[in-house]
Amino acid sequence: MMKKSATALVHRIPWVLVVFVAALTIPWMGTRYDTFLATQIVISALFAMSLNLLLGTTGLVSFGHVAYFGIGSYVCGILMKTYGVPFSIALPAAAAGAALGALIFGFFCVRLTKIYFAMLTLAFSQIVWAICYKWNDVTGGDQGIPDVPYPNLDWMSHIPVLSDLRIAEQFYVLTLIVVMLSLAVIKRIISSPFGLMLTTIRENPNRAASIGLNVRGYELAAFVIAGGFAGIAGALFGIFNRGVFTDFVYWPKSAEVMIMTILGGIDHFWGPVVGAATLVLLNQEITSYTEYWPFVLGVILLILLFAFPGGIVGGLTTGFAWLRRKAGGPADA
Amino acid sequence: MDVSFLFGQFLGGLTTAMFLFLIASGLSLVFGVMRVLNFAHGSFYMIGAYLAWQAVQWLEPALHSFWLAAFVAALGVAVLGGLIERLLLRHIYGREELYQLLLTYALVLILGDAAKLVWGTQQLSVSRPPLLAGGFEVLGATLPTYNLFIMLAGVAIAVAGWFVLTRSPAGRMVRAAALDREMLGALGANVGALYTGMFVVSSFLAGLSGALVTPIESIVPGMDVEIIVEAFIVVVIGGLGSFWGTFWGSIIYGQVLSFGILILPGFSLFSVFALMAVILIVRPWGLFGRPIR
Repeated sequence: MMKKSATALVHRIPWVLVVFVAALTIPWMGTRYDTFLATQIVISALFAMSLNLLLGTTGLVSFGHVAYFGIGSYVCGILMKTYGVPFSIALPAAAAGAALGALIFGFFCVRLTKIYFAMLTLAFSQIVWAICYKWNDVTGGDQGIPDVPYPNLDWMSHIPVLSDLRIAEQFYVLTLIVVMLSLAVIKRIISSPFGLMLTTIRENPNRAASIGLNVRGYELAAFVIAGGFAGIAGALFGIFNRGVFTDFVYWPKSAEVMIMTILGGIDHFWGPVVGAATLVLLNQEITSYTEYWPFVLGVILLILLFAFPGGIVGGLTTGFAWLRRKAGGPADA
Repeated sequence: MDVSFLFGQFLGGLTTAMFLFLIASGLSLVFGVMRVLNFAHGSFYMIGAYLAWQAVQWLEPALHSFWLAAFVAALGVAVLGGLIERLLLRHIYGREELYQLLLTYALVLILGDAAKLVWGTQQLSVSRPPLLAGGFEVLGATLPTYNLFIMLAGVAIAVAGWFVLTRSPAGRMVRAAALDREMLGALGANVGALYTGMFVVSSFLAGLSGALVTPIESIVPGMDVEIIVEAFIVVVIGGLGSFWGTFWGSIIYGQVLSFGILILPGFSLFSVFALMAVILIVRPWGLFGRPIR
């Protein structure tokens, strides 16, 4: 009885809000560098979370998710740098552009399955890369778009606590607000009837189709939503990185975000966030010892695939369940 | 735009094509039989290039033999491939493609950095074997002798591959494994050994093509991830797992690339990826492949 109400309580806590408040303290509690890392983590977390809508929720292995991240960052970067459009318009435009790209590409992708789906998503992302790489007049070609400006954050100076912060820290606060709102929306989507249908499709597409579900339609919808959120992450990252460059759209970055997601665990809502935080911090820690970070990452990936296919969160959940069984005896299990 | 110019373009495309065929044939064979898309194939190619350079350095004082160096490099990569198949890949056959893709990608990361660790990041190059140093004119277009050699090598591998696959007992086993692995095992064939053998042959081809590229392109980090997407395009056009498909896929790729530059300058990269996407949309199993159950 006690246990049951405790679990219910855990579920009732608005975790997104809790995480938001905890993360919000970083500019005041930590150093400037901590805020820098936190910004990177928060943006990566949204990117990984958007991929997990496909990977974990719908069971679609997209190897070209970086395309929508890239579209978002280029749309936002071009609008803000070249045309001086304010962030409040450039960000939605980036999301819309990425979602539109995902709609066009996804329309074709969802007609394929498994390895062919992965290949086609890869092909489309390389098409986006080739365009960004060669269309000098608009995308800056291999020079990219340097010096994307920070958004105008004057309104923050009217808020007492925020006015003392540096621009990079204010941008972190803005990023955190945008990302946490996005996560809240994603959480709602996953637990909505629509999200449950996506899970049904992941578990058994044939059965989902036979109960009258428009499998392709649902998959496409998931693809578009995931693309849109990846676009938001890309837009934020372009500003954070003070520029948009072609390696934002190059295929190894698709693999990187996939590793992030898997590392955290694709079966749990917070998995991609944990994965993003772990990977960014690990990268930070290891690159201070050695320049051979990819080597270490490869080894981590191998260990993960063979020993902990459920990722960090998956491993912890299994570990806790095991401990609880040990402590409470078989009756509780 | 005169005829000799167009012919030169055509020859250039053909050289690219045969090069890619050398690389992609192994990738396609492995996919056809094991259903694993091996991202690390590009890394094997890069390791082959580095090993060839290393072998040339070692052999240099005694004898100048590019050919021996290339062979040693290919052999080295074949051994590496065999080890990787036995120790790692073996455990993931039949698992979800997400895990297969990520496992081979982990190898890309590890091998890429291992190469940097051993050979550093500066560009390395190997001089052309003296026998093939020159060039000659065909219909007004200049063709380096080495490029002609690459074309002939590509055709030779194609013919040899076709002969082995269709006319030898080993080839019969390979084709059977591609169709129905379980049935082949039930009939008493050693499928595990067959897979290792296939992977060794595929790695050998990757290593060999890496070694053969050294006289015309410098060896740099990053050549692995660049070549693997090109090889993917080729096998997708021809049909994943189809040997002849890979051959024709390479030829189409080479020509689209070299004539795409004339029609849409700057966007030839775009045109080959667009071709890959169109083929996947219209005929996911490629121009010469068969639909997989």
